[in-house]
Order: sequence, then C-alpha cells, then structure tokens
Amino acid sequence: MTKFIVILLSAVFINNYVLSRFLGICPFLGVSKKLDSATGMSLAVIFVMLMATAATWPIQKFLLDPNGLGYLQTIVFILVIAALVQLVEIVLKRYIPSLHKSLGVYLPLITTNCAVLGVTILNIDAGYSFAEAMVNSLGSGLGFFLAMVMFSGVRSTIEGSDIPESFKGLPVTLTAAAITSLSFLGFSGVIENLFPM
Amino acid sequence: MEPILTAVIPVVIIGVICAAVLVIASKLMAVKEDERFPKIRECLPGANCGACGFAGCDGYAKALCEKEGTPTNLCVPGADAVSKQLSEIMGVEFEDVIEQVAVVHCAGDCEKTQDKYDYYGIPSCSAAKLLYGGKGSCTYGCLGLGDCVNACPQKAITVVNGVARVNPTECIGCGICTKTCPQKIISLVADVEKVVVTCSNKDKGAVTRKVCTNGCIGCRKCERLCPNKAITVVDNCAVIDYSKCTDCPDFGLCAKNCTTGCIMLSDLSGIHRIKEEK
Repeated sequence: MTKFIVILLSAVFINNYVLSRFLGICPFLGVSKKLDSATGMSLAVIFVMLMATAATWPIQKFLLDPNGLGYLQTIVFILVIAALVQLVEIVLKRYIPSLHKSLGVYLPLITTNCAVLGVTILNIDAGYSFAEAMVNSLGSGLGFFLAMVMFSGVRSTIEGSDIPESFKGLPVTLTAAAITSLSFLGFSGVIENLFPM
Repeated sequence: MEPILTAVIPVVIIGVICAAVLVIASKLMAVKEDERFPKIRECLPGANCGACGFAGCDGYAKALCEKEGTPTNLCVPGADAVSKQLSEIMGVEFEDVIEQVAVVHCAGDCEKTQDKYDYYGIPSCSAAKLLYGGKGSCTYGCLGLGDCVNACPQKAITVVNGVARVNPTECIGCGICTKTCPQKIISLVADVEKVVVTCSNKDKGAVTRKVCTNGCIGCRKCERLCPNKAITVVDNCAVIDYSKCTDCPDFGLCAKNCTTGCIMLSDLSGIHRIKEEK
C-alpha cells in the first residue's frame, strides 16, 4: 500500500510532468489562460492518461517484449493512443454527450500530447506492474491538473498587473512558469524522508 | 524473416486493427443529425447576432429541429425571406417577421446638456461611465463615445453632436447595440412610424430639468392625453407600451404636447422632434 502512495505522491509533486519533467509544456502555456478551460483540459488529460496506460502496458508486455520488438515502442504507442482517443471521442459523443461537450476540443488536442506519451513510456522504463502503472498515470494526471490550475491562477494575477511594455505577453508568462517550476523543486527529498525504504 | 519485415508487419497490423475499430465504431455509434439542420443553417444569415434569442444561428437551427413549435419568424436580420424558407422546410405556416429597429432613448446633445468635467481617458463609454457616471451632467444619458458604433455590424449608428443616432434604413434590428450600451438606453422597437421617448432619466423632474432641457420631467401630460392609455410614467420617465400604441385616432398628440419635447416620432429617416422649440 505504501508503495502506491509513494508512487502517487511522487508523480504529483516531485516528478510533476509539467514543472519537473517539462513535458506537456504546450497545453500548459496555451490553455492556462482561463481557469475553466485549464480544468477541462486537465480532466481530459487525466482521463486519457489512464486509458492510454491501460491500453499500452499490455501491448508492451504481451506483444512487443516477447517478440523482441521493444524498439517499436514509440511508434506503436503513438498509433494506439491516437486511435484510442478517437474511439473515446466517438463513444462519448454517442453515450455521454454532456461529457463530450465539456471536454470539447481538448480531447482531440491531447491525441499526441507528449505528456501522455511520456507517461506510457516512463511506466515501462520504470518497470512498474500494471496496477503501479495505473497509479502512476493517475498521479501524473493529477500533477498536470495541479500545475494547470496553479498556473492559471498565476496568469490571472499577471493579467491584472502593470507590466513593462517589452515584458508583456510571452516573456512574463515564461518567467512566471520558470518561477512556478522552481517552487516545485522544494518538494525534492520529501518522499525519501516521509517513507524511508 | 528479414528484420525490416518483423518491424513493419506488426505496426501495419496494429494500424489496420485500429483503423477497423474506428471505422466500425463511427458507423455503429454515429449520432443521428437531423437532416433539416444543414438546410435550416444554410437559410439563416450566419451573422450570429442572437436577435432570435438563441446562441447564434446554430443555436436557432438546433432549436427549430429539436423543439416542436419554435416560431419560424424569429430571425430579424433575415426578415420575411428567411421566415418563408424556414416555414417551408419545417412545413408550417409562414409568419410575418416583425422587423425591428434600434432606438436610442436619449436626445441630450451638446446644446441640451452640459459636461461635468473634461474626459481624456480611454475613448469608450464603459470606461467613461466608471468615472462619476460619465462626463455628462445627466448620468442616465448617452455618453457619446461610440461603444455602439463599434459594435454595430451594419455601421448603422453614428454619434451626432454627442448622442448616438441610428439610421433606421441600415439597422437590421439585431440588438447587439442594446447589449453593448453601458447605459442600457438603446432598445429595439417594432419597425416604422412609432412614437419614441427620447429620455431615460429617472431623476425627479426638477433634477432632470437642471441637467438637460430635453429630459422627461415626469409631468404625466402624455399619460392623460393618450387616447389608448399606452403611456405611463415609471420612475419619473415616460414609457410607451407598444402593444397599446396602435390605431391612434390622434397620431402624434403626445409628441406635439410633450412639455420638454422628449417624446418624438420615428420613421425610416430617423427620429424627429415634433414639438416647436421655444
């Protein structure tokens, strides 16, 4: 049980996908302008990360590894994730239109998101079991959610402040992102001391 | 087997399986779209103005398809032509569209009212309103900085002598200006030949008189004179109930006798003061 908690917490805080691993920066900067779109995007990411892990882990373990095709990992994962997201979109549109509407454009947008691909590949690299991989994906998704919501708060504050002309727009956003990411360095070492192995 | 084949074949197989699953899924789970929807959507002008009361043309088309009995005459910019096409598609009887024009309920131009201060801020009504309710001495009137002019898709509004004026021949009655105006003094009025109250001041008569010579002082003369009892004074400002303002035996009586002349007549060339200036 402790192991799952360690995986979950380290995925959310210490190895945060956006702020520590620098994956999924594109939606982090692109969709974080408003809180509601940031939340919608993050929920879609959590959902897709879980689905993608559930689909790619068996493919790696039962199809690629036994046949010595481990080097096809990246291309096969991209293929499978893209098809999966499309399938999910079709199913949602038919059966849960309300969810389809709220996830909206974000679902196709994350088809080839590097954070999603990153989670699935890193799950394999870390040698996780299926359950551990799922917990890690959940944690990564939650970490993405946390980073998005936090940063949309930071950006709404930036929006209302007096910024020098040359610093407006992207420069100040990137600087703020750097400082936010720096703050997450404060978590390093926490898990090792909380749960000594 | 060639190493290239051992790599290519599994990927191709996975790709084909994914494609097959997607094709089957999209066929099985296709959401039925009403076949009338694209037809209706084509008829509508596509201005997404919202005058019909729905969120854009798509919203109106959707409501027509899904909700029985949605009226076909709601598209004001499209007028009778669109209503005719819509009623054909829907198989209902054609209903005449009540064309509407926007009317500014203020005539306090630079001669009739004064300024409290000189405004040098952002040239926008909503910004000016934040500063003591605007630069004009009347806090209810037109601010004259043209938020409605910028919002109008037809360029039918101009600011003349400090007050916004609508050109009724250009106006399509979409109502965007009524939502944009921070003073909320623009409203939609059905078509032509109507009586219009060109004041929105809700202060007591004495206060109104001080800030604007055109202002409605709430004397209730029009209320007594109107043969159809269509005019009432609400919060010290005359309001016309257009459902009663029909078949007037003495058309223009109210406008001729208005104490300050703030009741005016409107036709296709704009709003006219009837009362002689003293």
